Amino acid sequence: MYPDNYRYSKEHEWIVVDGEIATIGITDYAQQELGDIVYVDLPRPGDSVAAGKSMGSVESVKAVSDVYSPVTGEVVESNAALTDSPEKVNQDPHGEAWMVKVKLFAPDEVNSLMTVADYKEYLAGKE
Amino acid sequence: MSLPGTLKVTPLHSVHRRLGARMVDFGGWEMPVQYAGILEEHHAVRRAAGVFDVSHMGEIEIRGPEALKLTDYVSTNAAARLAQGRAHYSALLYPHGGFVDDILVHKVADDHFFLCVNASNQEKDYRHIRETNEAGRFDAEVEYASERYAQIAVQGPRALATLRKLTSAPLETMRYYAFADDAVLGVPARIARTGYTGEDGFEIYVPPDESERLWNAILDAGAEFGIRPCGLGARNTLRLEAKMALYGHEIDASINPYEADLAWIVKLDKGDFQGRDALIQAKENVRRKLVGFEMRGRGIARDGYEVAVNGTPAAWVTSGGPSPTLGKNIGLCYLPVEYAEVGRTIQIGIRNQAVDAVTVPTPFYKREK
Repeated sequence: MYPDNYRYSKEHEWIVVDGEIATIGITDYAQQELGDIVYVDLPRPGDSVAAGKSMGSVESVKAVSDVYSPVTGEVVESNAALTDSPEKVNQDPHGEAWMVKVKLFAPDEVNSLMTVADYKEYLAGKE
Repeated sequence: MSLPGTLKVTPLHSVHRRLGARMVDFGGWEMPVQYAGILEEHHAVRRAAGVFDVSHMGEIEIRGPEALKLTDYVSTNAAARLAQGRAHYSALLYPHGGFVDDILVHKVADDHFFLCVNASNQEKDYRHIRETNEAGRFDAEVEYASERYAQIAVQGPRALATLRKLTSAPLETMRYYAFADDAVLGVPARIARTGYTGEDGFEIYVPPDESERLWNAILDAGAEFGIRPCGLGARNTLRLEAKMALYGHEIDASINPYEADLAWIVKLDKGDFQGRDALIQAKENVRRKLVGFEMRGRGIARDGYEVAVNGTPAAWVTSGGPSPTLGKNIGLCYLPVEYAEVGRTIQIGIRNQAVDAVTVPTPFYKREK
C-alpha cells in the first residue's frame, strides 16, 4: 500500500524525490480519513512552498483540510487533472493523484521525514 | 442515562460500530456520520432508498382534556386544524419571536399530541412546554418520552416498497405528513410519512429494544433495491438540497419564522400563542431573509464563512457544501431584504479570497411527484 521509496509527513503527505524535483501527494490514510473528496486547491507553478506550511487544501463533502508542504521549494507543476476529477485522490492517492512537483531548495529536508516503516508505526499508534 | 461528559448513544450504537460507521459527536450524541461514504449514501436516497438511525431525536407527548389547547398555545402552526392521524411542521417560540426549536406535531387523538423535536434541544423543549403548561394552568400532561422511542427513517423512492414487506399498514394510501399507529414486524409502531431528505419516505417510531431487529429487517428488505445505511453526513447534504432548516444553523433564538422563510408555519389568525405579539410586529419589519446561493467561482462555501454584498460584509453562511445531486456547490445565508432577490451576485470569503456566488430559487432540489 505505502511505497517503500516514499517519505511521509506527520500530516499525512507523501514525497518522492527524483533528482532535484520532488513529487508530493496525500497518503491513503489521509484520503480515507477525509472521505469522498470533492475539491482540491493547489498552488500554481512559480509559487513558493515552505516545509510545514499550508500549500493548498482538500475538501471532502463534510470537511476542509489543509495540505502541508513537507519541504521548501518552488512549484514547477501542479496536477490539473485533480481540478476536474478530485475523486482520483480517493482512488489512487499514491499515484495518479499526485498533487504538485516541487524544485527542492533544501534537499536534506527530505531526510527528516518518516520512512515507510516509521510511517506505518505512526499510523499503528493512531488505531 | 449518561454521565456528564460522556456521549449519549442510541439503541443502535453497536450496530453502527459493526457496520464500520465513522462515529462523531453530534450535539452530545455519538452518531454515525457515514458508513461507505457520504456521496454513495446521498445518491442511494435520491435514487433508491436509505435507512437512518434518528433515535437521537426527542419525543414529547401531550395528553389530557386541554392537550390541544396547550399544543396550540405553545406552537406556531394551527394544531386545531390537524385531523387525527396527520402531522405538520411547526415551531416553539420564545415570547420575543425567536426559535426555541422547530418540531413536528402529530395528532394522535383529540386529547393526545405527539411531538418530534431536535436531539440537542429536547430537554430545553420539554422544560419550555412544561413551564408553559404550568403557567397557563392547562388541564394537560406533558411527558418527556424520548426514552420510550427509537426512530428509524427510511427515505427514497423505494422506501415504500422496502417497508411494504414488513408491515400491513396502509402505506400506499398514506398521504405525505400522515401517520398510522400500526405494527412493523408485529411490533407496535408509529409510522409517519415524513422525512428530512426531500424524498418520499417514512419515519418509524418503535420501542428501543425492537430497533435492532427492525433496522436489520429494513436492510434485508431493501437489499434488492440497493438500500444503504446512511449517516448524518448524507442527512445533511440531502436536507440542504431540500432547503430544510437545521437548528443552530438556519434557525435559533435570534431568528424568527418570517426571516427563516417559514411564514407558512405561523398561523396568526388562530388565536393567541407564544410569540404571537412579537411576530405581528416582526412580520411588518422583516430585515433579513434566508436565501439560497450557488457558487459561480471555484470553491465551496462552508458554515460560518462570511458573505459580502458589493464588497461589504453582510451575512454569514448558515449551511454550505457540495450538492451531490446537482453537482454544484450551494449554500444558505441571511441577506438584508434589499439584497435578497434571486439573481444577485454575492461574494463568499473562502480562505481570504472573495469568490462569486449568485442567489438562486429554493429549494435547490425538488423531487418529481
